[in-house]
Amino acid sequence: MTSQIPSAPPRTSRPLRVLAAMSGGVDSAVAAARAAEAGHDVTGVHLALSANPQSFRTGARGCCTIEDSRDARRAADVIGIPFYVWDLAERFREDVVEDFVAEYEAGRTPNPCLRCNEKIKFAALLDKALALGFDAVCTGHYAQVVVDENGERELHRASDMAKDQSYVLGVLDDRQLAHAMFPLGDTVTTKDEIRAEAERRGLAVAKKPDSHDICFIADGDTQGFLAARLGKAEGDIVDESGTVLGTHEGAYGFTIGQRKGLRIGTPAPDGKPRYVLDISPVDNTVTVGPAAGLDVTALTAVRPRWCGAAPTGAGTYTAQLRAHGGETEVTAEPVDGTLHVTFTEPVRGVAPGQAIVLYDGSRVVGSATIATTQRAAAAV
Amino acid sequence: MAYLDHAATTPMLPEAISAMTAKLAVTGNASSLHAAGRRARRTVEEARETLAESLGARPSEVVLTSGGTEADNLAVKGLYWARRAGKDGGPPRARVLASPVEHHAVLDAVDWLGEHEGATVEYLPVDAHGRVHPEALREAIARNPDDVALATVMWANNEIGTLQPVRELADVCAEFDVPLHADAVQAFGQVPVDFAASGLAAMTVSGHKIGGPYGIGALLLGRAYSPVPVLHGGGQERHVRSGTLDVPAVAAFAVAGQLAAERREWFAREIGALREELVAAVRAAVPDALLGGDPDPAGRLPANAHFTFPGCEGDSLLLLLDAQGIECSTGSACTAGVAQPSHVLLATGTDPDLARGTLRFSLGHTSTRADVEAVAEAIGPAVERARTAGLS
Repeated sequence: MTSQIPSAPPRTSRPLRVLAAMSGGVDSAVAAARAAEAGHDVTGVHLALSANPQSFRTGARGCCTIEDSRDARRAADVIGIPFYVWDLAERFREDVVEDFVAEYEAGRTPNPCLRCNEKIKFAALLDKALALGFDAVCTGHYAQVVVDENGERELHRASDMAKDQSYVLGVLDDRQLAHAMFPLGDTVTTKDEIRAEAERRGLAVAKKPDSHDICFIADGDTQGFLAARLGKAEGDIVDESGTVLGTHEGAYGFTIGQRKGLRIGTPAPDGKPRYVLDISPVDNTVTVGPAAGLDVTALTAVRPRWCGAAPTGAGTYTAQLRAHGGETEVTAEPVDGTLHVTFTEPVRGVAPGQAIVLYDGSRVVGSATIATTQRAAAAV
Repeated sequence: MAYLDHAATTPMLPEAISAMTAKLAVTGNASSLHAAGRRARRTVEEARETLAESLGARPSEVVLTSGGTEADNLAVKGLYWARRAGKDGGPPRARVLASPVEHHAVLDAVDWLGEHEGATVEYLPVDAHGRVHPEALREAIARNPDDVALATVMWANNEIGTLQPVRELADVCAEFDVPLHADAVQAFGQVPVDFAASGLAAMTVSGHKIGGPYGIGALLLGRAYSPVPVLHGGGQERHVRSGTLDVPAVAAFAVAGQLAAERREWFAREIGALREELVAAVRAAVPDALLGGDPDPAGRLPANAHFTFPGCEGDSLLLLLDAQGIECSTGSACTAGVAQPSHVLLATGTDPDLARGTLRFSLGHTSTRADVEAVAEAIGPAVERARTAGLS
């Protein structure tokens, strides 16, 4: 049993020196304001992640425009905390953008937000913060850090499951978690309530639209971004028997489970929709087939990271397989540095490259990157 | 609080505040013909005379502007436009010569002329202290004296404090009949600045750097020069700079200018001594800190102390000192808030990684020994900590 101690300590506890990552959006602004209000000594930092932040405003809401930087600065001024811009563009390019491209090139579907949390916010940023004498990094993520009876810190889903972002934080290890602060995760809060709170605090970002897209793809056109980076590479779209049904302009442009945009002339024999079942970068082939072909019964994941001690044997957990995805029941076992996962019921649309995050109730147990899947119909 | 960023802006002098507030309640457009206008014009013209006297110029040579940036733009663009056609059907004068250590108000204006107005921009070589040597200027002009539109070399560098040999540079320019502009924003009030004796064609000064108000400055402009205006309109200021004058700011600027000139020797002696103490304290705390600019007191601003701390990010130092109540600057400009390695240091041949670890302490008329002591106490631990954080 764990006692539910909020991750943002109340006024009475020791004030911490907190570095608040401020994107220029409403969530991180309110998080910084709450941390300051709790009595911590807060300094705001906006991360300049784009190598070319010259454009004042890009098409999509991101975290790299000059306007975002100004919004973050304005929010810090209102909260009354010092504010700096740190240039982590080079690290971001290496660890997030290049990784993103390489993963797609290898036929996988990466999650750059998760990668950014692992490598930038709670690595490059945290390391620099600790070196400069800060105790913690605060972000606007919806998740909870809970301290158990032994003083161990646990990562939990946000009080409000609808807002929960623990999935993209599932990669954090003990050390990273020990210095993380998520002031938004403790309260059941709708976005409207956060906006109202921002308004009440005089933060002009209260009405700013949410960011949805990948921040380094300003126009939201992921396929265009990948095509520009990887070039066109025409290949075949085949069915499960290997019959060529059509062509594509680059296998990297597809995701397992994708249905739209296949542009196959001949309909399936049974007239049912066809889905991307497999992407093979080696022979540049995309395999399509019926929905049943997507059913996954088991998977192997690599690079497991544990929030706390690694489990020693097989255990039963709930798992989340993508951001905003639902929960599914699994049995998971660490085997030789990998993670073997068996689903109680087959699940669809499991894409290699995505993270599987394991939960025990609301507690994040650990995460790993999906490498291979086992299908119900046939192993693809 | 230890405010050590006077080169960014310095507190307004009480005398200037009095002058400004006294005029704020008085109505009058200095261009109007009626009594209110005449009253305003009298204030402006008296201020112009005061400023001219403080700067060794004639009143008609004082062109009031909205500040240093506008004066720099007017000089650089205006003189280029006025002269590019060439003399009496002669060859076009497209060459603009500039030092590479200029403030961005000059640097970006010059680059813009190169990118959009057909100018050929040529940066003059500087030595390790950021100084342009007269022979280098002579060599550059002599290559083709007829195609030079103008030269621009700042009087004193805002980052590292090095002074330029303005008189010698102006003499070289005069030989070839080339106008020389100097940005004297940092020099005014710290070193002797005499427009007539300098031989300059144009010279920039600013109000808020000398204890005057923001938003006011002047281009000292020799009577032989008629730059093409940047701002067109009502024809104020010799038809070179249109716009209704800010009478209260002009009055306060003049008061500050007069005091800056009167107190210059005191400033150089007293504030200069504090600066020497600060330099000694930083060197004692951080023995491998590198002092920027010309080390010879005769060749530099008395109140600027620029350091490079190997292995540190200037930004980290700024954050750590700010947390201790010490306000200074890295000295270099930002792009979207991201510090760039200083173009001044790069021009002096400094290694780019080293150039990221800079701090500029600039003292001013309100600086005290307590400010220096605060730095002496904080700088050692801050550098140590910033080194741990390293260069990201």
